[in-house]
Amino acid sequence: MEHPNIRRLKHGVLPHMFCPGCAAGQITNYFIYAVDQLGLDWDKLVAIGGVGCMSRAPAYLNANAIHGIHGRNLPFATGIKLTNPELTVVILMGDGGTAAIGGNHLIQAARRNLDVTVIVNNNGSYAMTGGQVSPMTPSGATTTTTTRGNLERPFDLCKLVEAAGGTYISRWTSAHPVQLINSIKKGIRHRGFSFIEVVGQCPTQYGRYVLGLRDPVSNLRWLKENSVTVKQAEGMAPEDLEGKILVGDFVEKELPTLEDRYLEMERRMREAR
Amino acid sequence: MICLSEDFQFILGNHAVAEGAIAAGCKFFAGYPITPASEIAERISQRLPEVSGRFVQMEDELGSIYAIIGASLAGAKAMTATASAGFNYMQEGIGYSVATETPIVIVDVMRLRGAEQATHADVMQARWSASGDHEMIVLAPSSVQELYDYTIEAFNLAERYRNPVIVLSEMTLSLMREKIRFRRPEELRLFSRVRPTVPPEELVPFEAGEDGVPPMAKFGDGYRVLYTLNPHDRRGMITGDLDVYDDLYKRITAKIRKDVDEIVIRQEFEMEDAEIAVVAYGSEARSAREAVRRARMEGVRAGLLKLGTIWPFHDELIRSVAEQVEKIIVPEMNLGKYVGEVRRASDCLADVVSLPLNKGRIHTSDEILRAIRGEA
Repeated sequence: MEHPNIRRLKHGVLPHMFCPGCAAGQITNYFIYAVDQLGLDWDKLVAIGGVGCMSRAPAYLNANAIHGIHGRNLPFATGIKLTNPELTVVILMGDGGTAAIGGNHLIQAARRNLDVTVIVNNNGSYAMTGGQVSPMTPSGATTTTTTRGNLERPFDLCKLVEAAGGTYISRWTSAHPVQLINSIKKGIRHRGFSFIEVVGQCPTQYGRYVLGLRDPVSNLRWLKENSVTVKQAEGMAPEDLEGKILVGDFVEKELPTLEDRYLEMERRMREAR
Repeated sequence: MICLSEDFQFILGNHAVAEGAIAAGCKFFAGYPITPASEIAERISQRLPEVSGRFVQMEDELGSIYAIIGASLAGAKAMTATASAGFNYMQEGIGYSVATETPIVIVDVMRLRGAEQATHADVMQARWSASGDHEMIVLAPSSVQELYDYTIEAFNLAERYRNPVIVLSEMTLSLMREKIRFRRPEELRLFSRVRPTVPPEELVPFEAGEDGVPPMAKFGDGYRVLYTLNPHDRRGMITGDLDVYDDLYKRITAKIRKDVDEIVIRQEFEMEDAEIAVVAYGSEARSAREAVRRARMEGVRAGLLKLGTIWPFHDELIRSVAEQVEKIIVPEMNLGKYVGEVRRASDCLADVVSLPLNKGRIHTSDEILRAIRGEA
């Protein structure tokens, strides 16, 4: 029997290039569920990837899709949304593209409150290129470019996007499929800049070398055991939250989007004529 | 802008670019401020909303180039403008536009490295700096009128060939005011990309007919095309088959090369019986023309070939000039770049002389005249 979401992939794209047990496959799957549960028209949906593991996903989808430039997903999205605000634009990318090379685009798009949904697979490293340190790698972690331990601190991406002006912000892990699908649905429905961080397992690089967990199942278990919901965290001491993954919705507010403001300006111009 | 009559305007070079873009049907502009190109963004940010277009000032030049590619994929004629230092940042996006065959127009106002002075610094960068195989269409205006006209032409070429097209403006032209004539709508011959007409399930998005240019869908119209930098087959699917990759770039380059004679804008002045030719582009063509006129008054058989399109390079054209004349002089505002191409295409049939000037100004006609006389 064929998986029900295979019909959402372009004919003949399989096998995909994700490693067995990679979170990118799960997130792609959850994204498809979310779009179909919302009943969206795939003709009006644009999926934008870049370069990297997660960023490859749009190349498989039977959708309007962009692939192939590292970190520039949000500028593409800006041009698309200003040209045709009716399109639903979803960005799938990794922590390198989001937090490093595309970091400025991330905060600027959040500041503009561009009406797009960004789904980030945060696997704590540059997995495709061999597991180098990323802006999301924890301090002290040993990677192929920090063999004596990471000297830097990671971002809290959700806080970064909140400070920049994102209007729907949420974090889950790949071990929370139901919550994550709901969050993606919320993000797509939300009018404004939606940002969903997914802490995802990488059994090939981060899991294997940083956590010492080679198999996908123990990686997923680790994610689940180390996650704390926003509600649970309310009753916990700061030291108990150290090293935990805080999951849940952090921000949900309605503010005019860049597209709204543009349409409003055009309306004012028409009236003045 | 001083309105001289309904059609004639006394206008800044950068503003002429913006007006040319509007006349060509540009509906999207993304840019980042930089001297001496900023007035293009200023003007077009005001003008676009008047014609149902949209403008955004991006966070950097990378943002600008990808925003216009996104807009073009969503169906808009789109442009950005920058100066040399910002143009450097755009090369990766130009390569993406080549690979995905996305029509875009880039205006690069050339300026001296690290200074706001006149130069022809980027004539080779505009042609070559995107990684990988490509043909580039690069227009080099020599006046404010040509800034306007060539910007219109740039959109037509981008749409027709599904390729990036670069308007190589110059510091001097961009901040100069000249009288120009605006084209009336009925004189304009505008071209828009050909749209697919087959049902979505039948579209092979990168399959081209004889002209080598596939019809182009837009996001939202039901065709669901994947655009990728990676080697891709006719369906747009990423492939590891390097024979497919080879064929792809043969088509992408041939679609432009086959039309070189049609694409290249050029003007000849006193070339019929010339024994010495000046081959010039951009603002240098202005002093070159005056130098040729003065040489003729002295009885010297000099002529000018003014290239409005510097890339693709018209080998046969230069070769035919080299066959006719004894000497070709190439004045440029750099240490001598384009002259190398002229020399290559001349194939030792004429003596090709470089006349470089890298001091932030154009040659005077005196200087070019001395070179024609052989005094330089």
